[in-house]
Amino acid sequence: MTVEPRTSIVWEYAPAPEATDHLRLAERYGLFIGGAFCEPAEARYVPTINPATEEPIAEIAWAGPRDVERAIEVARAAQPRWAALPDRERGKYLFRIARLIQERARELAVVETLDGGKPLRESRDVDIPLAAAHFFHYAGWADKLRYGVVARKVEPLGVVGQIVPWNFPLLMAAWKLAPGLACGNTAILKPAETTPLTALLLAEICQEAELPDGVVSILPGDGTVGATLVRAPGLDKIAFTGSTAVGRDIQTALAGRGMELTLELGGKSANIVFEDAAIDQAVEGIVNGIFFNQGHVCCAGSRLLIQESVLDEVIAKLWARMGRLRIGDPLDKNTDVGAINSAEQLERIETLVAAGEDEGAVRRSVACSLPERGYWFAPTLFTDVSPAHRIAVEEIFGPVVSVLSFRTQAEAIEKANNSRYGLAAGIWTDKGAKAFEVASALRAGVVWQNTYNHFDPTAAFGGYKESGFGREGGPAGLRPYLRVVR
Amino acid sequence: MSRRLAHVDRVGIEERAAQLGARSIKTTAKQQGIRLAVSVIDLTTLEGADTAGKVRQLCAKAVCPAPTIPEIPSVAAICVYPSLVAVAREALAGTGVRTASVATGFPAGQVSLEAKLRDTEDAVAAGAEEIDMVISREAFLAGDDVRVMREVARVKDACGDAHLKVILETAELGSYDHVRHASMLAMEAGADFIKTSTGKAAAGATPGVCLVMLEAIRDHVERTGRIVGFKAAGGVSTSKAALHRLVLVKETLGDEWLTPDRLRIGASSVLNDLLMQYAKTESGRYGRSEDFSRE
Repeated sequence: MTVEPRTSIVWEYAPAPEATDHLRLAERYGLFIGGAFCEPAEARYVPTINPATEEPIAEIAWAGPRDVERAIEVARAAQPRWAALPDRERGKYLFRIARLIQERARELAVVETLDGGKPLRESRDVDIPLAAAHFFHYAGWADKLRYGVVARKVEPLGVVGQIVPWNFPLLMAAWKLAPGLACGNTAILKPAETTPLTALLLAEICQEAELPDGVVSILPGDGTVGATLVRAPGLDKIAFTGSTAVGRDIQTALAGRGMELTLELGGKSANIVFEDAAIDQAVEGIVNGIFFNQGHVCCAGSRLLIQESVLDEVIAKLWARMGRLRIGDPLDKNTDVGAINSAEQLERIETLVAAGEDEGAVRRSVACSLPERGYWFAPTLFTDVSPAHRIAVEEIFGPVVSVLSFRTQAEAIEKANNSRYGLAAGIWTDKGAKAFEVASALRAGVVWQNTYNHFDPTAAFGGYKESGFGREGGPAGLRPYLRVVR
Repeated sequence: MSRRLAHVDRVGIEERAAQLGARSIKTTAKQQGIRLAVSVIDLTTLEGADTAGKVRQLCAKAVCPAPTIPEIPSVAAICVYPSLVAVAREALAGTGVRTASVATGFPAGQVSLEAKLRDTEDAVAAGAEEIDMVISREAFLAGDDVRVMREVARVKDACGDAHLKVILETAELGSYDHVRHASMLAMEAGADFIKTSTGKAAAGATPGVCLVMLEAIRDHVERTGRIVGFKAAGGVSTSKAALHRLVLVKETLGDEWLTPDRLRIGASSVLNDLLMQYAKTESGRYGRSEDFSRE
């Protein structure tokens, strides 16, 4: 009997790209108004590109002022009949949409990844299932609205304009549309300039679900389309998720017009690690908090506050863990960190990182080979950051974490709250009482304990201070789409 | 002295372990992964009904698991009860496959320290190159860390040149905090490997338990510089489970741990599943369990 000599076996993961041959993407997409895809009034088509390769995927019609006007007319005309439907019937349509999202989950995940650069692992396991879950959740609320706003009689606002960002394109559309429609409003959705595709597939899903014409319109385009929408007459509400600068502009534009407004804006969320935390899981939570979706997350744990007694240990473990992140082709099922969403965003990240270095913080970026084409930024850690540095104050919206230290619980709370934002926070401690004490002292809309970036349709999400107002998710998410009658 | 435990968050550790279970291991990575998994197996038989004949047959299988697939390597070791060590040692002479023996009153360990040492000495004298001992869960659960460590240290002495694998029997420890603590005690006391389970308890090398122990090893090596190996045993019965354990090791301790010197998978039934999966990657169709010999 011969014996195989003991040679060491090298084991690397082979490329595992998700297939794209099942996609049925059109070469060109029109606007979705009145239940049908149509040409824009002034023909203007702009390609949407894959940020991982810079290759165009499809041509997208951009809406102009006349299209906005027409969409509002159609939505206005459809609204009374939609609101007059028996509540359960409205719920039925939402259930259908939720199921169709599940049926087309694989396709939607691949398109989300192609159009936005996020790892397939995330679009497949987070974005798409959560989008379906939001429709399911609010489908269930459609016939229970008066219990959502306890013991009050409520009615829909009317026609709502909804503007969503590029970081979670389909999920944010679901966050906006599901409660809006459940409450009896009709909606005009403006997807983000760089990521319109899944919203347009959602338009197809609305058709398949036989949603009454005009209940949902989808108008792709850049910021000017959004600006036109918020200034157009005939809307009852604007719901916006995006940057604080644009949010401020919208609030100004709406002033004095008797319109409702909810804003979900930026953040510089504190992720607080106490010395009594389960350190390895805290490190995992830090990674999930800032490198999830390349840090393109409004509630990203971008300000890492670590108790001084464990500072060196946590940083050493975090740096080692960062070295194991797999960066590259977003379609590869083993990729942890994908492409930056756009050239513009990459430039913003680079500017702020340069500012961090100029101001004297110590930068460490993971040494990894990045693809030549496309927009990429290696996961980056800043230490020796002082609270006054720009990288400790401004939202970077990229895979960059700034580490600050604290000595006591009181100092941690003070530092965490010392921000113009107040969207989210994380607390890492094994002590239950401490966690609750700190959580109630934090001025943040969401506080995660021993976890981070976990989302659930039943939980309210929204900010304090310059992170905006209004809540999305759960029964609290109904209120911004209802008028209390008595 | 009261015990100080490091915290392990159950939800967090299980989430991370499950996430690594979703790695996509296909094509060449699957073939190489299967070959690697075979090469780190401790092919085990620990039954009252074990006989010299059965052990000899198993040894032949260990040396050449799949005669029709020459690129499949030998397994790392055969693991038997002390009374069968001499048989295994003779059958494996010159093959490079090592002989391991359980000892110390396996699996419960509810015998005196003297009996444990005697058990170990007997196995080593019979030719065992590796000893798989059990910690005293009785002492551990009673909070007597000193006794747990002293027993490991004494058995280590009794091993002489034989490698010592210390079985924590994690299913009986009650929490991840305890798994981590027991890992640290075993490594401090001189374990060459730490091992999850005897295979006789209700649960074995679950992904969460493996990850806790791997993180403990990483921290121990970081602190002391002394290399400690890891053995997953109990419940690893499919190729998918074996590859999941390899992913946990690769992404926690790194590629340096993906060798039989530092990693073992204790198993019996998983070997044939690995061979079937390997054959499938070549032929494109699933085989039958009858395609490979049981022993």
